[in-house]
Amino acid sequence: MLAFLESLPGAVAQGIIWGIMAIGVFITFKVLDLADLTVDGSMATGGAVFVVLTVAGVNVYLSLLIAFLAGCAAGLITGVLHTLFGIPAILAGILTQLALYSINLRITSGASNTPIDFRQYDLMVTLSDINRSLIVGGIFVVAVIAVLYWFFGTEIGHSIRATGSNPAMARANGINTNRNKIIGLVLSNGLVALSGGLLAQYQGFADVNMGRGAIVIGLAAVIIGEVIFGKIFRNFALRLLSAVFGGIIYYIVITLVIQAGLNANDLKLFSAIVVAIFLGVPYWKSKLKFGKKVSAQGGADRA
Amino acid sequence: MLELKGIYKIFNRGTINEKVALNGVDLTLNDGDFVTVIGGNGAGKSTILNMITGVYSVDAGLVIVDGIDVTRMPEHKRAKFFGRVFQDPMTGTAADMEIAENLALAARRGKRRTLKFGVNKKEKQAFRELLKKLDLGLENRLTSKVGLLSGGQRQALTLLMATLQKPKVLLLDEHTAALDPKTSAKVLEITDRIVSQNRLTTMMVTHNMHDAITYGNRLIMMHEGKIILDISGEEKKNLTVETLLHKFETVSGTEFANDRALLS
Ligand SMILES: Nc1ncnc2c1ncn2[C@@H]1O[C@H](COP(=O)(O)OP(=O)(O)OP(=O)(O)O)[C@@H](O)[C@H]1O
Ligand SMILES: [Mg+2]
Repeated sequence: MLAFLESLPGAVAQGIIWGIMAIGVFITFKVLDLADLTVDGSMATGGAVFVVLTVAGVNVYLSLLIAFLAGCAAGLITGVLHTLFGIPAILAGILTQLALYSINLRITSGASNTPIDFRQYDLMVTLSDINRSLIVGGIFVVAVIAVLYWFFGTEIGHSIRATGSNPAMARANGINTNRNKIIGLVLSNGLVALSGGLLAQYQGFADVNMGRGAIVIGLAAVIIGEVIFGKIFRNFALRLLSAVFGGIIYYIVITLVIQAGLNANDLKLFSAIVVAIFLGVPYWKSKLKFGKKVSAQGGADRA
Repeated sequence: MLELKGIYKIFNRGTINEKVALNGVDLTLNDGDFVTVIGGNGAGKSTILNMITGVYSVDAGLVIVDGIDVTRMPEHKRAKFFGRVFQDPMTGTAADMEIAENLALAARRGKRRTLKFGVNKKEKQAFRELLKKLDLGLENRLTSKVGLLSGGQRQALTLLMATLQKPKVLLLDEHTAALDPKTSAKVLEITDRIVSQNRLTTMMVTHNMHDAITYGNRLIMMHEGKIILDISGEEKKNLTVETLLHKFETVSGTEFANDRALLS
């Protein structure tokens, strides 16, 4: 128990960093209704770009900004593959993700693992100073949510939400749904890469595999956040925040189960099962409810 | 003014599911025309609307709005010319967004969307006034999610959205078919009011012969991808369901068949 309490702040810090990634997943999965697998690659891209630039002497904030932009570029590729070339979103994401594996190795000049030492560089977050990491991570979360809250309240932001909610309606109202999907994918992967840049600092290295299964963790955070806070958090900013809380809860649970003796190698299996359950249960719930409702409502009510 | 010239549409060409949905449609709507469209199952009524709005591209023919050839224009770009209400109440609105947000989206049809706020205060006031006129109690629910509304409320809202920016042509595809008779009558009444107040050029597909005769100044009947009857003026005013059915049988050589058709 003591060990658990001791590791709690670290779990929270990691949860916050992944929470930013989860916000990116929220944009594609919840706002746009797209499953985007680019993120497994763009997470690692963010880490690689940040570490390589910082080690080369670039200012950390500038490095992080460029990492963000690199993620945006990855999202752009997926968006173009999906909309201009008609490739299903999932496949488009897988293609970009696969390509990114090679690109990420190019960025790190072939090194699958590139360390960055907190003693040499003025990092924003690091394992060795968890208090600072919590504060800085918190500031990032607040800033990201504030910007997104503003953006999704603008005319363009509204049109993106409409694109995800009902593409036929969006087009009937003159909205370019393809362009909006691209904007969403760009923004989402930018945030994922930003999270990757933070994660690389926090753990002290960028790894070509650091994004493997990221989509599952991101989804877990989004879904856990929604299940727990969905009833009380209605406002868009709070819904984004609940994804971050979901990330924190996810990492606390992971820390718990590892200390309870789960083999770390089984973690991904565990995560996949958790996400499958959280995705599957609402479906069955609605199916069972639907059966009852048909007679009363004609079953026309999807919402 | 809307002109359709020699429109053809074949779905699944070259497969066993090949279907000639439109087989040479020519039609000119004059400004202010309120045309009702009837026809049997699969006659091509929805397809003709989808050709006009660019949901699908035509295989041959021209679509001209106000002298502008829009045949190759993508759907979202032509949207500035058209207001649309669909058969399924789910189709016309964004369920996850608020009533005010839906209206604000529609108010920007055909305009450049910027980084200004998506809904402003002045608009909200205007929306409230417009919703009050619908008399469905929606004026106090501007911030409710549209997904919470009933089918009839959604159709009325979609109608309002379709006409916020005055469309060159209002296109209604069996927009009351999914509603119960009472709600359907109410939505039709709202439709008629909005159309006549704004003097909108309108095409209304319906499966209800009676409504097709009652509303509008012109009636067209489709059969197997063609317009087989086009009745307007005095003749339209004096139509009855019997004469209409008789005309249909004479022209098409078959009986009128539509699962959902209401003949009285
Ligand atoms: N997307 C599509 N793919 C293949 N076939 C289609 C498609 N849309 C329509 N069709 C076919 O084209 C024909 C005309 O369909 P349409 O929907 O225009 O009929 P309709 O007159 O609206 O009939 P209804 O009264 O049933 O709504 C039908 O045979 C239909 O099956
Ligand atoms: Mg139809």
